[in-house]
Amino acid sequence: MAACSSSRAVRSILLNCGKYSRTPRRPAHSLNPQLLYRHVCQSAAVWGKNLAAAGPEKFSEEYIKKQIEEFSIGKRHLANMMGEDPETFTQEDIDRSIAYLFPSGLFEKRARPVMKHPDIIFPKQSAIQWGEDGRPFNFLFYTGKQAYYSLMHEVFGKVLAIEKRQDRLRNEDTTDIKQISLTGSRWMLKEELEDLLVETMSDHDYSRFLQLMERLVALPYSSLEEEFVQRFRQQLGVQSSKQEIPALQHDEKGVAFCQANGRRKTASASITLRDCRSGNIMVNGKSYLQYFPILQDREQLMFPLHFVGMLGRFDVEAHVEGGGRSAQAGALRLAISRALLSFVSSGEMETMRQAGLLTSDPRVKERKKPGQAGARKKFTWKKR
Amino acid sequence: MFIFLLIEIFSRSVPQACHTDLHAGQYYTLPTAQLRTLFPHGLPYRFQMQIKTFNEACVMVRQPALELISYLKKADYSRPALRYILYGETGCGKTMSLCHALHFCATQGWMVLHIPDAHLWVKNCRELLPSSSRPGRLDQPLQASLWLKNFKTTNDRFLSKIKTTQRYVWTKRETTEEGRPLGELVDQGVARVKSSSDVVGALLRELRLQAGGAAEGAFRLAVAVDGVNALWGRTTLKKEDKSEVLPEELTLVHNLRKMLRNDWSGGAILTTLSHTGSLYKPRSAYLPMELLGEEGFDTMDPFVPVPVSSYTEKEFESCYLYYMDRHWLQHPHSQTEEGKKELIFLSNRNPSILERLCATL
Repeated sequence: MAACSSSRAVRSILLNCGKYSRTPRRPAHSLNPQLLYRHVCQSAAVWGKNLAAAGPEKFSEEYIKKQIEEFSIGKRHLANMMGEDPETFTQEDIDRSIAYLFPSGLFEKRARPVMKHPDIIFPKQSAIQWGEDGRPFNFLFYTGKQAYYSLMHEVFGKVLAIEKRQDRLRNEDTTDIKQISLTGSRWMLKEELEDLLVETMSDHDYSRFLQLMERLVALPYSSLEEEFVQRFRQQLGVQSSKQEIPALQHDEKGVAFCQANGRRKTASASITLRDCRSGNIMVNGKSYLQYFPILQDREQLMFPLHFVGMLGRFDVEAHVEGGGRSAQAGALRLAISRALLSFVSSGEMETMRQAGLLTSDPRVKERKKPGQAGARKKFTWKKR
Repeated sequence: MFIFLLIEIFSRSVPQACHTDLHAGQYYTLPTAQLRTLFPHGLPYRFQMQIKTFNEACVMVRQPALELISYLKKADYSRPALRYILYGETGCGKTMSLCHALHFCATQGWMVLHIPDAHLWVKNCRELLPSSSRPGRLDQPLQASLWLKNFKTTNDRFLSKIKTTQRYVWTKRETTEEGRPLGELVDQGVARVKSSSDVVGALLRELRLQAGGAAEGAFRLAVAVDGVNALWGRTTLKKEDKSEVLPEELTLVHNLRKMLRNDWSGGAILTTLSHTGSLYKPRSAYLPMELLGEEGFDTMDPFVPVPVSSYTEKEFESCYLYYMDRHWLQHPHSQTEEGKKELIFLSNRNPSILERLCATL
């Protein structure tokens, strides 16, 4: 009994997640066999599809609802199979379990087996926009971009309402002027707006939308519409809260020290920063004056210590490998900045982050392309 | 505070022979007249430029030089000559300490035999003549004659007093008789460039024989060689058949090696190791064993090693105040405390690096 129920569960899971990896000869499923070959993707905007022009929906409402039910059932079966609690089975757990049950050697991550909520897998589609008699539901259907224009109308209606309110309340007292605070968030990008409206738009349309929203926000009494505006804004996380501070340790004599790593191009450095009062720096067993005869490299080493104002205080013992002289100096600089975080207050950490001391430089050597002499350099162009 | 330290920097009035540990870190001036006679070729190039800029030659009194001078004062000159080797990292002040010690010797009335850089004799030689006296050896007429000229400028007053002990035959028509003053020998070398290398050899032999004698005209001889590791390293010179020249095959080097043996008495041998001009040595080498090699170390052994290191905090302060006094540091930030800390970091208190850094400010 348990065996056959689990085999049913496995089959349902396989059918849910393996749609594109299945062969055409999959027996007896209630689905339209054509749909088995549908190329599943996360979001249509990523693929540059014109959603509105895709026509009436290929997947009907009931179909999507059924998929959602099957997904939740499959999730519970999967949780049971993995021996975990079905109530607290999150999407990360699902991903982990699928990767365990169906190990795939494919390099392209998007081609591997995936089991996600149908809302993510099936692209959002607009419902059929005209009735049986052929008349469209929305009065703006013949503009071509009905969602966009209806949104613009809505926003403008709100603007007019606020202006009317302003006129009414101008004669009375003006204590209630509150504006929406926009710090800590940004406007949605064009792609995100397209996703929301399930409709494509041009750059010009997008900029007009932003202008109208800015006008709305700039009006007094706009705090009434705050909820509406925040729907179109994305929150920005505070960067420095995600910074990891290396642990501060103490050795036998009570001297505080800290270890950190840093990388730049192909060079990797690991250092131990000790809080003695001497300013000795040893790199790979040699004095830093001998290891870096060029002034520029020593200036790079000096930068984090000088910025924090603790030049003569620390003792640095460094090991660095790989890369060239400039890359090694950059790697050491990053490692020293990271190690300094444990000796420095959070306000100074924020200034260090803004100075660019804590960002690892992502620039690497660009690949040489075939048909060209280098990464960008082309062969000599001959006219004939 | 600044004025107090300023007075402390310069110890002009104290005679040079009485420099003690109390004066460590302070600057003293070399009189310009003595400079031209004593050091026609001895001082480092950057220091010569500094003399021209500041119009004075100020040398810092440092611990290695003081140590060397104290040894010279206490040594017994009836015993064979002691060999002193100044060693340390590049740019720490070995040549300057050597010059300081030589100035001391000169003020004490010694005769100074200063070879400014032995590396110049083993590389970049345009003319290599086969030696006239010995078949296997090679002569370097230009270097030898130049050195003889400078030697004459330094030791003019001795040359008339010392007499030759042997008859030297240079060519069929030129000879130097026994008992002639050494000045004639030197003139012979300067005038007849072809035989100048042999003249140098003869001169060294005479000085070795006559140094520290009991007679009235007795003098003490200070042999100073900068870059002594050149004598036992490799050369970049090639013979006509493109084979490499060994240092022993050069007359000048051969005679100088004989000089550096401690079989004579009545003087001292002060030498410096130098990596800067050395050939085919790794950049991290600065110890005597590494730079001299097996052969050189065995020849120079036993010697008195004198290590020279970067500035201490006090010496750094002194140097910084000297530059401030001379208005050498023009950049406003370099005159602040923070700028000073930056200078300490960037130069790690190495004298030559600090000097180059300050020159750009």
